[in-house]
Amino acid sequence: MNLKISALEFTRQVKSGNLSAEDFIAKTMERIQNIDGNLHAFLSLNDKAVDQARDIDKKIKSGEKVGECFGMPISIKDNICIKDTKTTCASKMLENFIAPYDATVITKLKQQDAIFVGKVNLDEFAMGLSTEFSAYGPSKNPWNTDYVPGGSSGGSAVSVSAFECVTSLGSDTGGSVRNPASFCSTVGYKPTYGLISRYGLISYANSIEQIGPLTRTVEDAAFMLNLITGLDPNDNTTVNNRDEDYLKDINSGIEGKKIGIIKEMIGEGIDPSVLSATKNAISKLEGLGATCEEISLDMVKYSVAAYYTITATEAGSNLARYDNLRYGYDFSVEGFEFNSYIKKARKKLGPEVTRRMILGGFVPSAGHAGKYFLKALKVKNKLTREINDVFKKFDLLISPTVPVLPFKIGEKINDPVALFLIDINTVTANLTGKPAISIPYAISNGLPIGIQLIANSMDDKLLLQAAYALEKTVVLPEVPI
Amino acid sequence: MTKIGLEIHCQLTNLESKLFCSCKANYREFEPNVNICPICMGLPGSLPRLNQKAVEKATMIAMALNCSTPEKIMFFRKNYFYPDLPKNFQITQLNIYGDTSVGGRGTLMVGDKEIRITRIQLEEDPGRLIYEGSSEKNQITLVDYNRAGTPLVEIVTEPDFENPKEVREFLNILSDLLENLGVSDPSLEGAMRADANVSIEGGNKVEIKNIGSFHDLEKAVHFEITRQQSLHSRDIPIIQETRHWDDKRKITISSRSKEEDLDYRYFLEGDIPSIRIADNIKEKLKSEMPESISSKKQRYVSKYNIPPQVADVLSSDKFYSDLFEDAHTVENAKEVANIITTDLMGLVDTREKRESSKLKSSHLKDIANSIQSGKIARNSAKNALYEIIKTGKSLSSVISEMDLGNVSDESELSKIIESVISEENQAVEQAKSNPQTINYLVGKVMQRTKGKADPKLTLDLLKKKIP
Ligand SMILES: [Zn+2]
Repeated sequence: MNLKISALEFTRQVKSGNLSAEDFIAKTMERIQNIDGNLHAFLSLNDKAVDQARDIDKKIKSGEKVGECFGMPISIKDNICIKDTKTTCASKMLENFIAPYDATVITKLKQQDAIFVGKVNLDEFAMGLSTEFSAYGPSKNPWNTDYVPGGSSGGSAVSVSAFECVTSLGSDTGGSVRNPASFCSTVGYKPTYGLISRYGLISYANSIEQIGPLTRTVEDAAFMLNLITGLDPNDNTTVNNRDEDYLKDINSGIEGKKIGIIKEMIGEGIDPSVLSATKNAISKLEGLGATCEEISLDMVKYSVAAYYTITATEAGSNLARYDNLRYGYDFSVEGFEFNSYIKKARKKLGPEVTRRMILGGFVPSAGHAGKYFLKALKVKNKLTREINDVFKKFDLLISPTVPVLPFKIGEKINDPVALFLIDINTVTANLTGKPAISIPYAISNGLPIGIQLIANSMDDKLLLQAAYALEKTVVLPEVPI
Repeated sequence: MTKIGLEIHCQLTNLESKLFCSCKANYREFEPNVNICPICMGLPGSLPRLNQKAVEKATMIAMALNCSTPEKIMFFRKNYFYPDLPKNFQITQLNIYGDTSVGGRGTLMVGDKEIRITRIQLEEDPGRLIYEGSSEKNQITLVDYNRAGTPLVEIVTEPDFENPKEVREFLNILSDLLENLGVSDPSLEGAMRADANVSIEGGNKVEIKNIGSFHDLEKAVHFEITRQQSLHSRDIPIIQETRHWDDKRKITISSRSKEEDLDYRYFLEGDIPSIRIADNIKEKLKSEMPESISSKKQRYVSKYNIPPQVADVLSSDKFYSDLFEDAHTVENAKEVANIITTDLMGLVDTREKRESSKLKSSHLKDIANSIQSGKIARNSAKNALYEIIKTGKSLSSVISEMDLGNVSDESELSKIIESVISEENQAVEQAKSNPQTINYLVGKVMQRTKGKADPKLTLDLLKKKIP
């Protein structure tokens, strides 16, 4: 059985009766059992997955109406709530948190007969870009298991690229979908802010993060968006996209489109192989009839600093509820004054979360806000104005997704500043709310390189069309696992 | 000069649901920790879902207090740790980055004095802490989250009050206004709470927190002024501090925790996009606002010729003015007002009595009309009212059951009058020479009929029979 098929291929085959959902899920679970001990994409598995698939096969046979996923195996980042399922955020703090409700995206996918094979690994509370900050140990890159898979949605990217599921949902706060997609050679897509409900996504930096799919193909990303987008009364920040069909006309091509090459994202510190892959992609796009021209986003040089200041501030507030009164329960409250109790309880959080919580207590505090938090907001606003100006003349922007190749596990874990700089190409889309996608583009020394396209807000359809066109020019070797 | 400023917290008790979820805004009827859900418990992954009705009601309050209302309102997070706060931050409003709370500067007249309103903001109420245990040492603190997320409007005044009496008058007017608006029931326990800041000439500003009722607020302010004056007279400096009101001992106590040192790290609540309140929506809200107390009063006086003092009492209490509005016609208005203010107010003078009362406005209408048509005497009307409040029966059945109807049958009344005349020779003779004294005979007839004789008819008949 071929577990490597795309989501659309899977649904076509099951729908037509050529493939049994039960067989596919059973094989998928078997593969997970066989290889995940080594890769560590999954934190928990759904032991009812095969039964659920059997029910779907029955429904298909009896001619009942079946949802558009037809029992497709999906992995879910473990910061998205599935009812009655552990949702740990890869943290010891939420080790025993069983979500009492479904995230909106989960409700929608259940209605479409998706099967959640399991919850996948991430950096604790999605803070990191390698999964090395998971409290349950890092995931490994299927292309070379000595290397990190990227993050924070590392488990999602690993599970898709190692064929442990067909697609995955991750979340992207500063590149957390696109970065691991790039490192593991999958498609990773962060939609316009507000296009997908965040209800049930455990907040890290709520003003800029979005749930996004990691898939084998751009078409699959569009398919997933069709299933999970839409206004949600439970998330006041969702926007109305008027039932747009993102799959329709995805092959429209990019002839005549104007594409800006972001100068600041191909500058100092870029790996030569990444630079040459980017140049190659640009010439391919030109070959497809687009015109490419270098542009400058001056504020990009401050974007990472602004990003960390804003995310730390929001994280400091969003994670304040983990005070061990309701989650954790490690020790008795007897004899503690409330504040000292919290201090002790907070020791359950890992080093990166602790670092950002401390930062989050400092940068917006009285006397420091003007120098840090408010300044970061200024950068965010200025960057947004800059990029909006650029989009008056350009349809799309291009850059490498990550300026460097995947690095070895442990190589950068003690150098948080070096890790932070890896975000330079991805945070702009989050700070400005724009949609962005990473497409697998090249393999250098056995390690993947992804290319990023960014579009204007609500131009997600155009973004997916361009990504589809570029994807069609690429032939990549198979993952060696 | 003594300066007093207030921060009043008013729950929007008349709303159906909490500020950010569909749990009940009326949390009072539940066992602890039942009126809760993932949102108001701040469970991981939950997001606030703004109750538009709360925004509308809060905007109405702002308009009723003559506040400016911004085009765009926003919410902020106030970050601090406290066990009654499920998320360890409170969603509230803030005006330091531009005026984005539901109400900006406004005013409220207290007699001839104008009290300036600084701002009005909409926020979520925390849960409730309940202290149990006999002494401070073995005290247990229990947390009930039923209240968490209840819509709360904070009204902040400038330090425009000079004495506790002005504070009390302001609070009376304000709570009547809020009740009249239909946004809150100030008589519910905990629906109205307040903090005050007090300073006297030459001293620093002292904040008093934790005042659970308006009644205690006046006392707390009074205590604090006296305390500060006595310090001042002994040349002891009055330090800037936060004090708590101890409602058992009725004194203010210096807070052990330094609340003024807390850094709330305010920032924009990204989960609630800014809300535009367009002019047409404001107009619509204005048109939905009930008539103000002062306008009601004026109408009662000018249209129905009700005495100003009566109109004042009637208009400022929503319970009575609602009854009046439903029961009155142009003809009976004065009579209805009279029944309410002289009889009814004495009969339903507590919240419990009001709630258990079975009286409807239609009863009042019937009573007023019956008095005017001479079917029932005022005296008897009061007895009927008492019975109706208890039983809710119709006026006609109460009249017949209790035999309260006026004796207005001429022949029946004539017989009674004749018998009175025959017994009261001396008085009859007196009345012949001095018509004023005929009232004595009217009284006798009333006595005989237990007050049910139609007074006008009695007088007419007496005059006829005593030439
Ligand atoms: Zn609730």
